[in-house]
Amino acid sequence: MNNGVNFNESWLTEENFNLPAIKKRAGELGKRRSVKKSYQAAWLFRAVTCIDLTTLSGDDTRSNVQRLCHKAVRPVRDDIVRYFGMQTKGIKVGAVCVYPNRVAECKEILKSLNADTSIKIASVATGFPAGQTPLSCRLEEIRRAVADGATEIDIVINRTYALNGEWEKVFEEVKEMKIACGNAHMKTILATGELGSMTNIYKASMTCMMAGADFIKTSTGKESVNAILPVALVMVRAIRHYYQKTGIKVGFKPAGGIRTAKDSLTWLSLMKEELGDEWVNNEMFRLGASSLLGDIERQLFHCAYGRYAAAHELALA
Amino acid sequence: MSASAANLVERIFDEMSYGPAPEDPKNAFAWLDEHDRKFGHFIDGKWYKPEGREYVFSKNPANGEKLAETMQGADEDVEYAVGCARKAFQTWSTLPNHIRARHLYSFARHVQKHQRLLSVIESLDNGKPIRETRDADVPLIVRHLYHYAGWAQLKDVEMKNWKPIGVIGAIVPWNFPLMLLTWKIAPALAMGNTVVLKPASYTRLTALLLAEIAKEAGIPDGVFNVVTGNGRFGSKLASHDDVDKVAFTGSTEVGQLLRKLTAGTGKKISLELGGKSPVVVFESADLDSAVEGIVDAIWFNQGQVCSAGSRIFVQETVYDTFLKRLKERLSHWRVGDSLDKAVDMGALVDESQLTTIRKYVQTAIDEGGEVFQPDIKLPETGLFYPPTLITNVQTASTVFLEEIFGPVAVLLPFRTAKEAVSLANNTKFGLAASVWTEKTSLNLEVALLIKAGAVWINCHNMFDAAAGFGGYRQSGYGRDGGKEGLYEYAKPSWETRCRPVVTENVSEFGKPVPGLPKLPTAADSTKNPKIDRTYKLFYSGGQKRPDGQYSRPVYTKSGQMIAQVSDSNRKDVREAVEAAQKALPGWSKRAAHNRAQIIYYLAENLELRRNEFSEMLQQLTGVSEKDALLQVDKSIERLFYWSAYADKYGGTVQETLLYGATVKIHEPVGLIAISCPDEEPLLSFISLLAPAVVRGNVVVMAASDKFPIPAIDLVQVLETSDVPAGVVNVLTGNKDHITKYLAEHQNVEAMWYFGGALGSKFVEYESAVNLKRTWVNYGKERNWSNDEQGAGEEFLYHTTQVKNIWIPMGDIFAN
Repeated sequence: MNNGVNFNESWLTEENFNLPAIKKRAGELGKRRSVKKSYQAAWLFRAVTCIDLTTLSGDDTRSNVQRLCHKAVRPVRDDIVRYFGMQTKGIKVGAVCVYPNRVAECKEILKSLNADTSIKIASVATGFPAGQTPLSCRLEEIRRAVADGATEIDIVINRTYALNGEWEKVFEEVKEMKIACGNAHMKTILATGELGSMTNIYKASMTCMMAGADFIKTSTGKESVNAILPVALVMVRAIRHYYQKTGIKVGFKPAGGIRTAKDSLTWLSLMKEELGDEWVNNEMFRLGASSLLGDIERQLFHCAYGRYAAAHELALA
Repeated sequence: MSASAANLVERIFDEMSYGPAPEDPKNAFAWLDEHDRKFGHFIDGKWYKPEGREYVFSKNPANGEKLAETMQGADEDVEYAVGCARKAFQTWSTLPNHIRARHLYSFARHVQKHQRLLSVIESLDNGKPIRETRDADVPLIVRHLYHYAGWAQLKDVEMKNWKPIGVIGAIVPWNFPLMLLTWKIAPALAMGNTVVLKPASYTRLTALLLAEIAKEAGIPDGVFNVVTGNGRFGSKLASHDDVDKVAFTGSTEVGQLLRKLTAGTGKKISLELGGKSPVVVFESADLDSAVEGIVDAIWFNQGQVCSAGSRIFVQETVYDTFLKRLKERLSHWRVGDSLDKAVDMGALVDESQLTTIRKYVQTAIDEGGEVFQPDIKLPETGLFYPPTLITNVQTASTVFLEEIFGPVAVLLPFRTAKEAVSLANNTKFGLAASVWTEKTSLNLEVALLIKAGAVWINCHNMFDAAAGFGGYRQSGYGRDGGKEGLYEYAKPSWETRCRPVVTENVSEFGKPVPGLPKLPTAADSTKNPKIDRTYKLFYSGGQKRPDGQYSRPVYTKSGQMIAQVSDSNRKDVREAVEAAQKALPGWSKRAAHNRAQIIYYLAENLELRRNEFSEMLQQLTGVSEKDALLQVDKSIERLFYWSAYADKYGGTVQETLLYGATVKIHEPVGLIAISCPDEEPLLSFISLLAPAVVRGNVVVMAASDKFPIPAIDLVQVLETSDVPAGVVNVLTGNKDHITKYLAEHQNVEAMWYFGGALGSKFVEYESAVNLKRTWVNYGKERNWSNDEQGAGEEFLYHTTQVKNIWIPMGDIFAN
């Protein structure tokens, strides 16, 4: 848990960012590391446990939320889990992630599956995705979601303040949100696709961590550019610098556009390379995704049987 | 899945460790097997395996496994290969450009089809990671072939006054076996030359495979030949009479050897040699990206890269932070089998390389250096060495001065940008550099001030076919890549190859010949004693008496002594070079417009003395008034011609794959020493001086010793034309004696010699010591009044050296 520190403006401006160089490194991440065979299978299971299995749609109802929760508890077909001898590991996704109005039924469904303690319920809040509502409403939204059973809150930061360079105001708001979260973990969504530059992404990351973010998260999934590796590099570097300054470890959640098993391996390897082994688990790393799990399960099927599964052979999420 | 295998997945799941991720070598082995793992030469489109040759093993450096046997060629194999290449040249060089372009295009296509096979064999044979051969070496090869297929097509348009040289002897090293050979053969073939290539002894396999692919692609027989053999065999190739040009990439020592070997033979040569390239990290840099930049700079290809960033300079304000981050970066470094897709570094090429590196690191320790190597696992067998950083060393340390050619970098702090530039340039090499800062005004200035052929801004080790690569100083001369690369494989259309026969020993060259008083001949007697003219030397902007206080008589064509000029000795050469050296920084930085103005003014002032120069030329050289006036007028025209070029040859933007700008800059060579010919003494003097000076060089001119008067008379014109002190310096006396000391002077960056065959040989031979660029005539006169011969593009080539600055761009992101 990150209790934050006082706002320190100089921490925002200490680093420079060169986008072409960042892109080059980002492009190599997936090429300098590769995992094959048993390693690939093990890493894919790990990726499964880091997923925030997400549905954030206007047409979400109990039926698809229920399907999501069931899949969260049994993300990979039993025969595949047994094939790899992973049955004792209790492979589940990290969390389900929904709108505040769906939190209560998530809680109820997961409880019915005896998984309400092992799977976290994450709720987006604070006027997600745009955050353009009064602060009092945004704070109230957090409190209601927590009251309904959310153990993690994904807030969005105020991009108006961010783009105007009013970082201390961003800090103050996030700090209030942290208080509203109480014991729930707070993930701060930077909406990086709307911040305009790597410099701003770093400033937003640092501001949120100083304000007490337990995770920093790339995107709502609703921006035109979501989780991409160059952005991630800047954010994990911010995490590293914050850790070096305070000794506090903050988690990272890329979200939006992560769809393939191979992508998930690259993201895990990014965490391992840039932050170390302590960041390669669901306490410190989450993948916000909806369709990713299907591809991972398909790949695990191939690891197990050497054949590609038909889509209809795997359970829908 | 078995219980233990299942257990493994569980364990890895807990540890999140990396495992082996091998590339399957079976196709590579199939190719080796198809050739019974025994290779001969590939000559004239066929495998050639003469009897009675020895074979050596090519080994996989990662595990010592024998891959195949390759042949140690004999002298007659060189003979045969060069003969085939010569025969093929007759047709290849006369093919329509479009047909040659089609051939190269086909070559590119076929290489592309066999990319993976080439990548895997390259990785096996050299020890470098498959990631690099797959993502860097081989794609670049394909790119080069396509790029030069284009130049073949455009030859008559873009290189219209140039023609192919003939047979190229290419000798390439083991660090990028395929890539560097392609850098040679693509431009060579595009211009219509044929090639005999000798790959390095450690890494012969991919060159042989490429020859087979060339054949598959339909490249005519004999156009591209590969021969294998030892170093002596390479010398045999380089010195073969019928090899018209030697293209070499490799160590500075071997480059110097080849320069000496080919001196005076009329062969062209290009040398891409060693380096000790600086990486300059300013406090205004993106430090984390700069850390990754160091990874690219010094740990690419295990540091076995001529442009490796092996001297890292970090601004003192961020030195500790940066060093800490760099060390942290190395804590999760992975070294392993070259075919493993999850390693950062593979194996070194050979045991001897490992020994050299260890020796250097030990030397560093002995000299007080602190060595950092991360606590990482290396494979138990195979030729592996960890990434290494050395601190607490300085400019006088061995590891600062010498090229290590391994994954070892030195790290030094600096205080200011000016100091950083001085440190970066404090080296005999000048191949490459990188500059790290987010300040555009700073990075461009530093990029211009660093003496190197490639400067990368906020990146390192970027290559592309459209941008030339090659060195300043002892990193060699000539460029691989870009249009600039074509000039290494072409010669002016009017020129034929000289094959001078020099029997004298070069050590006999330039001995002083005393200038003694002479009794006047009957023809000399005049009615009234004339007031004698004092002909002094000219340097530092003033007329100086010769150090030795000797004079030499000057005779007219008819044998009449008309003057005595100062006789320069070694010390006069030293003074003149020093004066030029002082003038260089200021002159090369002057606005081109300003340089042009001065040379135009020189033309104006020469015009004023048109008749006087004409009379002097008539008297001295015996030409008619008409011819003398023609010579003066042509000289004035030449001054105009080159003044015009002062601001029209700055460079271009290269169309590389980089998102940003790759800027080619034609920088001055620096200090050029020029020994002038006897023919048309005014015109030839000006034809050589003017292009050098307008392009920002400073010159020390050794005047024709037969006819020095026009040069020394021109001094007065120079003095009245605002030419800054030291930019032009003129020495008279025994030209060859002066040449000797100029050629031996290590501050002289280029030496042009227009005189005899022995002098030409001497200059080329001596140039090997500091690898100065040379331009000599092998004793063959040229027609200076002809514009092709007296003012061709060749002059621009010799007055400039190409620097490519890579400027990546981009800050715009998403919305």
